[in-house]
Amino acid sequence: MASHSTPDPSTPPDASRRTFLKLSLGAGAGLLIGAYLPRSPAAATADTPLSFSPFLRISPDDIVTVIDKHLDMGQGNATGLATLVAEELGASPEQVRTEFAPSDPEVYKNLAFGIQGTGGSTAIANSFEQYRRAGAAAREMLAMAAAREWGVPVAEIEVEQGRIRHRRGGLEAKLGDFAVAAARLEVPREPRLRDPAQWRYIGKSFPRVDVPVKSSGAVDLYGMDLHLEDMVVATLIKPPRWGARVRSVYSARALEVPGVIDVVTMPQGVAVIAESTWPAIQARRLLEIEWDERGAETRSSEQLLAEYRALAQTPGLPALSRGDPAAALDRAAHVVEADYEFPYLAHAPMEPIDVTVRFDGETAEFWTGSQLQTVDHQAAARVLGLSMERVRIHTLWAGGSFGRRAIGDAHYVVEAATLARAWGRPRPIKLIYTREDDIQGGYYRPLYLHRVRAGIAADGTLLAWHHRIVGQSIISGTPFEAHLVKDGIDATTVEGVVDMPYQAEHFRVEVHNTRVGVPVLWWRSVGHTHTAYVVETLLDELADRAGRDPVAYRLGMLGEDPRRARVLRLAAEKIGWDRPPAPGLSRGVAVHRSFGSYVAEIAEVRMREDGTVRVERVVCAVDCGIPVNPDNIRAQVEGALGFGLGAVLRNEITLTGGRVDQANFDRYPLLRIGDMPQVEVHIVPSTEPPTGIGEPGTPPIGPAVANAIARATGRRVRTLPMSRHGLA
Amino acid sequence: MTTRIRVNGREREVQAATDTPLLWVLRDELRLTGTKYGCGIGMCGACTVHLDGVPVRSCALPLSAVGSREVTTIEALEGRAAEALRRAWVELAVPQCGYCQSGQLMAAAALLASTPRPGDEEIDAALAGNLCRCAAYHRIRAGIHRAAELLEG
Ligand code: FES
Ligand code: FES
Repeated sequence: MASHSTPDPSTPPDASRRTFLKLSLGAGAGLLIGAYLPRSPAAATADTPLSFSPFLRISPDDIVTVIDKHLDMGQGNATGLATLVAEELGASPEQVRTEFAPSDPEVYKNLAFGIQGTGGSTAIANSFEQYRRAGAAAREMLAMAAAREWGVPVAEIEVEQGRIRHRRGGLEAKLGDFAVAAARLEVPREPRLRDPAQWRYIGKSFPRVDVPVKSSGAVDLYGMDLHLEDMVVATLIKPPRWGARVRSVYSARALEVPGVIDVVTMPQGVAVIAESTWPAIQARRLLEIEWDERGAETRSSEQLLAEYRALAQTPGLPALSRGDPAAALDRAAHVVEADYEFPYLAHAPMEPIDVTVRFDGETAEFWTGSQLQTVDHQAAARVLGLSMERVRIHTLWAGGSFGRRAIGDAHYVVEAATLARAWGRPRPIKLIYTREDDIQGGYYRPLYLHRVRAGIAADGTLLAWHHRIVGQSIISGTPFEAHLVKDGIDATTVEGVVDMPYQAEHFRVEVHNTRVGVPVLWWRSVGHTHTAYVVETLLDELADRAGRDPVAYRLGMLGEDPRRARVLRLAAEKIGWDRPPAPGLSRGVAVHRSFGSYVAEIAEVRMREDGTVRVERVVCAVDCGIPVNPDNIRAQVEGALGFGLGAVLRNEITLTGGRVDQANFDRYPLLRIGDMPQVEVHIVPSTEPPTGIGEPGTPPIGPAVANAIARATGRRVRTLPMSRHGLA
Repeated sequence: MTTRIRVNGREREVQAATDTPLLWVLRDELRLTGTKYGCGIGMCGACTVHLDGVPVRSCALPLSAVGSREVTTIEALEGRAAEALRRAWVELAVPQCGYCQSGQLMAAAALLASTPRPGDEEIDAALAGNLCRCAAYHRIRAGIHRAAELLEG
């Protein structure tokens, strides 16, 4: 990491930048830390990049650095944003580098959220204009600088594939050759974007920027790998039941473990601080902690479900209401009435949570795969009693997240800050979660119960749909409440149901948001993880009752929704829906829209002799608007589908007396390679603005597989995971 | 307490309790952080290293059990198979978050050493212990096939 710097004329000098700058010197050499170091053209030498905007720097040695305001946790937005800039700038892929932006709620805010953060599959969607404009502005500046130097009209200059050219005059230069001169020019306010017909990278291909280094395997990009001089490692033992507090700690034996430095009691639990990781893990079992469990959550999952079932008998808060479903159901030729139960789910990113803090009493720095930089930044400053200007957040590549690192209460940053303050020594602390801490630590996809009654006429016409959802809100009490909770309804609880495309004349959706002591959170594809399952399996059942083909039945109702119909048709065509599957296989279909994107998935499954299901193949069709990076779209759909499949097959977090029953991968068995089907992803060409792709592949897989199982066995699985029924 | 082990072709002296899993010796004492922690109980394969060429879970191997065997970590995984795998990984853009990939590559290299042209079932069996939470499995499988092809060609 370079660490020289000078003021930048293109960004107003403000106190926060200067403080950041001071703090950045000498930090974490050897890591890809998202340092934003403003530069001055006057001081430029061969390797000093020049800032063209907060999103882009170009150095005289021809390196283009794109500043990613998001967190890349494997979903590929660093490459996506690099693609957008390179396209407009006229850079070649080989000269493009990326780094993560510093925390700056104004400059680097997600335009979909209003704060800096990544989630809701918004990274490309909200940046599509912004990053292209940044690239286009720099291109115009380079062209202008070249035109002046060469004495030719700027309109005759082209910037393509890393070259600035004046064809007629036979003149040619590298981007870096004009970096210094161009950076002195004014940034154009309305740069002209390229004609999409001329795109070279968008919608075609652009190599993933992180793939070469990650393919070496010898990678130290992650927070877990961070090593700072004089650093200590800490683990934190949290109460076995949520809401409990430490009453007393006997730490003498733990302190005898060689390498253990200290044991610190804090409101969140008891921390062990050691010279290295193993003692910090090892000494935990020697601590004797007495917990004060007054007010702690002590219910079991079964108790919660019993309460939820009782609640489902009573009317909830209406999220949507049209007509009179009760009366219409009385008149229906067929009525399906069903309860669906979805367990708590852990995200279990491969890299467990970690955060490193350095706090000297006056300033602080944090290194972590920060997914909501603004929230983490504010929380850290609050806990440490510092202004935000005195706190710096370094975003690191994350070993997965799936929502786990985007936390409204910034709990792990708060824990690290609390520990640093309580311990009071200036040594940097790396706080790590063990896998057990991760699986048992809460912030789960909530437990949900759906009770649905749907009725059709004899010809299959959908007459009435009455839907109640019972479960915790993931939004109440978070900074997103004002935005996402309306009239008491958490929009993420009902997404995927209230906007379902199958229009019943009589339609009612009600919600009971429950209060449980278990912290909950968004989990890849959020509400769609459960709503898509209910809508798409129930609809399939209705098609069955009406004696209709499940694809034709859906298409018959998608007249008003051409994009959804199109992906469904495409998937059906690609799998050869009009021909039966190979012997021993059965098919199931689901189609769903989430995060603005449409995904249809058709699964082919085989029932093994032992009654378990093997998903052999999944054919997907995707419409996510302009496909910025088609190969990454395929990768994301493959992965999202595998992520969803693992959960519906085998994953559940259960509570007994308020304690989590699972602790590690032995009892929370993730999808393994032998479970992974063959996957084909077909992308619908589009000129619509790009929409999400990190999540939309997840919702359809559960219902597609469940529908295939129903076709094979006649069994409708309504309680997940499938392992509960001997299916996995 | 001093223990001598051979890591990546070099004799190393490490100061750590002898019950310390090799994983933490590699990561914390020798700063070979390519080997990852994922579960600590031998269930995820993120910590895979080779012991005399055989893939093992370094989180489940105490320092005292290493003995005179040669430890190879991802940092020193070399040779034709390793090169072919890395090339195939880049070609097919296998990694997503990348965190599991050191373990996947260690397992895949050991497979190719014993089975130059593995079928899907052999791949699934050899990599059954390596979790990928990003579920990049589809491409991991394809990557191994591609590497095998490169090795032949
Ligand atoms: S960390 Fe060793 S197998 Fe998971
Ligand atoms: S690439 Fe993320 S866990 Fe495998």
